[in-house]
Amino acid sequence: MAARRPESYMGRPRVVITGLGAVSPLGLSAAAMWEGLVQGRCGISRITAFDPTGFTCRVAGQAPDYKIADFIPKTSRKAAKLMSRDIELAVIAADQAIRESGLVTRGIDPEHVTIRPERAAVNLGAGLISCDLVELAPAVAASTRDGRFDIHRWGSEGIALVSPLWLLKYLPNMLACHVSIIHDLQGPSNSITCGEVSGHLAVAEAKQILDRGDADVSVAGGAEAKVNPLVMLTQCLLNRAVCGYEDHPEAACRPFDAQAKGSVFGEGAGVLVLENADTARDRKAKVLAEIAGVGHSCSIHPRYQSLEPDGRGVRIAIEQALADAGIGPEDLDLVIPHGTGIPEDDLAEARGIEAALGCAATTVPVWPTKGLLSNTGAASGSLDLIAMVCAIRNGLIPAAKNCDQRAQGCGLNVVTRAVRARLRYGLCCSYTYGGQTAAIILGNAEC
Amino acid sequence: MTGIGIVCPLGHDVETVWQAVLAGRSGAANTTIFDASTHPTQFDSEVKGYDVARYIRHPELHRHANRGCQFALGAAVQACRQAGIDVETDTVHDGIDRTRMGIYLGSGEGSVDNDIFFAAIVAGWDVHAGRMDWRRWAKVVFGQNSAMQGLEQEPHMPAAHIAMLTSARGPVRSCLTACAASTQAIGEAMMLIRHGHADVMISGGCHSMIHPMGVMGFSRLTALSTRNDSPPTASRPFSASRNGFVIGEGAGVLILESLDSARRRGAKVLAEVIGYGSSADAFRVTDMHDEGRGPIQAIRAALKDADLSPCDIDYINAHGTSTVENDSIETLAIRTVFGGQATKPPVSSIKSTMGHLIGAAGAAELITCVLAIRDGVIPPTANLTDQDPKLDLDYVPLKPRKANLRIIMKESFGFGGQNNVVIIRRFDGHG
Repeated sequence: MAARRPESYMGRPRVVITGLGAVSPLGLSAAAMWEGLVQGRCGISRITAFDPTGFTCRVAGQAPDYKIADFIPKTSRKAAKLMSRDIELAVIAADQAIRESGLVTRGIDPEHVTIRPERAAVNLGAGLISCDLVELAPAVAASTRDGRFDIHRWGSEGIALVSPLWLLKYLPNMLACHVSIIHDLQGPSNSITCGEVSGHLAVAEAKQILDRGDADVSVAGGAEAKVNPLVMLTQCLLNRAVCGYEDHPEAACRPFDAQAKGSVFGEGAGVLVLENADTARDRKAKVLAEIAGVGHSCSIHPRYQSLEPDGRGVRIAIEQALADAGIGPEDLDLVIPHGTGIPEDDLAEARGIEAALGCAATTVPVWPTKGLLSNTGAASGSLDLIAMVCAIRNGLIPAAKNCDQRAQGCGLNVVTRAVRARLRYGLCCSYTYGGQTAAIILGNAEC
Repeated sequence: MTGIGIVCPLGHDVETVWQAVLAGRSGAANTTIFDASTHPTQFDSEVKGYDVARYIRHPELHRHANRGCQFALGAAVQACRQAGIDVETDTVHDGIDRTRMGIYLGSGEGSVDNDIFFAAIVAGWDVHAGRMDWRRWAKVVFGQNSAMQGLEQEPHMPAAHIAMLTSARGPVRSCLTACAASTQAIGEAMMLIRHGHADVMISGGCHSMIHPMGVMGFSRLTALSTRNDSPPTASRPFSASRNGFVIGEGAGVLILESLDSARRRGAKVLAEVIGYGSSADAFRVTDMHDEGRGPIQAIRAALKDADLSPCDIDYINAHGTSTVENDSIETLAIRTVFGGQATKPPVSSIKSTMGHLIGAAGAAELITCVLAIRDGVIPPTANLTDQDPKLDLDYVPLKPRKANLRIIMKESFGFGGQNNVVIIRRFDGHG
C-alpha cells in the first residue's frame, strides 16, 4: 500500500537525523546495540555494580566498562572529575553521534569547526541523578555521636569533608551543560526531566526548536544510570522491578508476555543529531531518517506510578503524532512501544496502541526492546528511536525476546521472529510512571 | 496570560506577596525545616503556615506530593480560578478541550527522608575497610523507606499532580535547567501555543531544595550567604557587601493561552508573552562566562523573537541572586546589550525579598512583573544600601517606583550556563 506523502509540512523545514550515538547494556556504540538486538543478545545480568543481596531485584542492564578519558578531548579531561555516571554516558553517546553526523565541533577538532555554535542546540533528558553514597559516606560517618547520625556534627564538621563541587555532579541539567561545553554548542539548551519518557520528549522538543528556526542542529536524547542502590530501591519498593531470575537473567524482562512480572532497570544513553533538512542537504550529510511527526499527552491515574487501564494518554499521543505526520495508522510499518514488562502497564499500553491504530493494530509489527536492553529510564526513548532508525535503514525488524505467549487481553502483533521488510514509517511511543506520554514517528529518508 | 498563582515565603496569594515585595519585606529567617544551627548558613526563606488542603477538595489524591508539589497545587488552583479553568472534576464547563491543554513546569526534585537516608549510610559504612556494606544499608532502607516518597521525589511528579488536578491531556513536560527552569518552562510553553500544539498551557515551576543535601551542596560551592546575624538583609543583590544567595522555596503558576482561546472563553488577559530566548554559555560548569556571552545571546534571541529593540524594554527583572559573580556578569551582559542607550532600563531583583526559589524562581518573579505592569510600579531591590561601585545600572534601590511599564524582560541564568529570557507586554486589547 503506497504511503500518502504529507500534503503539507505547514511551512516548516523538515527535520532529519544525521548521527546516532549510544551506550547501552549491549555495548558502547549504536552499532553494537543494533548488532546485539539483531543477534538476540541480552544485556541483562546479575548486578555487579554493587552487592544486591539485600534487594528484591538483583538483575539489571549494565553497560560495559569504559574509560571516560577515551571519549573526551584532552582539554576537557579535568571536567571528567565533575561527571556523575549519568553525565559520562551522555558525553560518550553525544561524542559518537556528532562524529557520525560529520559535523565538526570544537570537541571533535577545534581547528576545523563547521558548525555555528549559537545555532547549535542541546536537549538532553535526564533522570533524578542519585548521588554516590560511597563518596558521601566518610563525611556522614564523621558526623556521628554514639553511633548515630548527628546533624549538629554534620553541620559543624561533616559537610566540610564533602568536595566543594559535589553538587555539580548531581544536577540533572549538567548532562546538557557538559556536552555543550565540550562541543561549544551555544544555542537553546534544555534538560527534560520526565522520567522514562524523557528521551522521547527531549527529541520532540529538539524537533520543535528546529521547526521554529531557533537552531539549525540539535544534539538530543537522554541518559540515565539506573543501576545504583538508591534508584533500585525506589523501583523495588514500588514493585516495578522483577524479583528472581538471578540464574537466568536473560529471561527476566518479558514485555507483553503472559509470564511477565516486572521490569528490569538499566543504564544507558542515546543521542541523536537532529538537523534542518535543508542544511543537511546543503552539506551533503548522510540522512539516516526523518522525524515525520510528534505527539504528546498525559495518562491520569490516582495510583500515579501506573498507566491508566485504557491507555488513553498513549492513544492521544499516537493520534497526535499521526496527524502531525499527515499519515494514517495503516501507513505504519513498525511500532516500538515502551513495553516495560510490568503486566498492568503493558496491557494498558497495548489498549492505548490498539485504540489509536484501529484495524491496523492486529497487523503492524510491534517490537519491544526492553527484553534485551532493559529499562534505561530517561535513555530508553532515545535508544528506541536509535533502534527504529537502524531497523528502517536495514529493512529488518529483529525478533522481540521473552514474549513466548502474549498476555491475555493483549492484541498486539509482537514479532517473535525477525522480519525483513521495507519500512517507510515507524512509531516509537512511550510513557512514564507519573503519566506523561509521547509518540514520535520516524520516516524512511529514502522514500 | 489569563491566570497567575503563587505560594512563596512572602505569602500564599498574589496580592500578599506583591505587597511584601513593594514594601521590601524579606522572607528570610532562621531555618526551621531542618536543624541548621551548626551549618555555615543557618537561615533560609521558607514558606510558612501553608496547608494545601485549603486549596483542594480532594487532598487524598495528592497526599504523597512532595513539599514543592504541594506549593504548586495551591498556586495552580489560584491561577486556574482566575483563568476560569475547572479543576478537580471530570466534567468541565470552561470551554477548553483538554487535549489542547498542557502543562510545562520547571519543577525540582523532592527530598528524601533524611533520618532514614543518613541512618542507612551509617549502618552500611564500614569505616575500617572504607567500603559500603550494601546488605546492611539495604536492611535499613527496605524496612523503612516509603515507596511513595521515592516516587514523589522525581522532578516530573508535580506536573503529574497538576494533570490530575486539571485533567490536562495536551503536552505535559517538565524541565530542570537549575535556576532558569521555570523561565524556560514558560518560554517553551508559549512556543507550544504559538506553533499550534496547544491552546492553553499551565506553566511555571515549583521547588523546595531546603533539605540537608541541597543546602550542603550550595554551601560547599560558597554560593550561599553566611550573614547569619541578619537573615533579612542577607539577600542584597548588586550591593558591595553581597556574599551569596538566600535559598528559598515555593511555586509560581501562570496560565498561558492563545488570544483566540481567551477571547472565545471571555477570559481576562493579564499580559502577553511576546518573546523567548534560550542559550548555553558552553563555558564551564563552575563559572559563568566572564563576558556574559550566554546571557547576552539569550537576551538578544528574546528581543529578536519579540521583534523588539533594546530601547523597547521598560524594565528588566533580573536574575540578581546576590552572588558576587552573577550580579557582576549580569550587569555586564545588560550593559553590553543595552549599551547604545543613554538611559538603560531600570533593573531590580525580587530575590532581595523572596530569596532564591531555584527551579521556581523564574515563575514567581515573572508573576511580580505581571503585577508591575498592572499597577505601573517597578518593584525595588531591597537591602541595597551599599551599591557596589563597580555596578552602575539603576537598580531601583529600596523603594518602589511609579513608571509607565509596557514591556518587561525577565532573565534567569542556571548553574552550568543555561540561560533563559522571557519578555512580556501590557495587553492593550488589540491583536
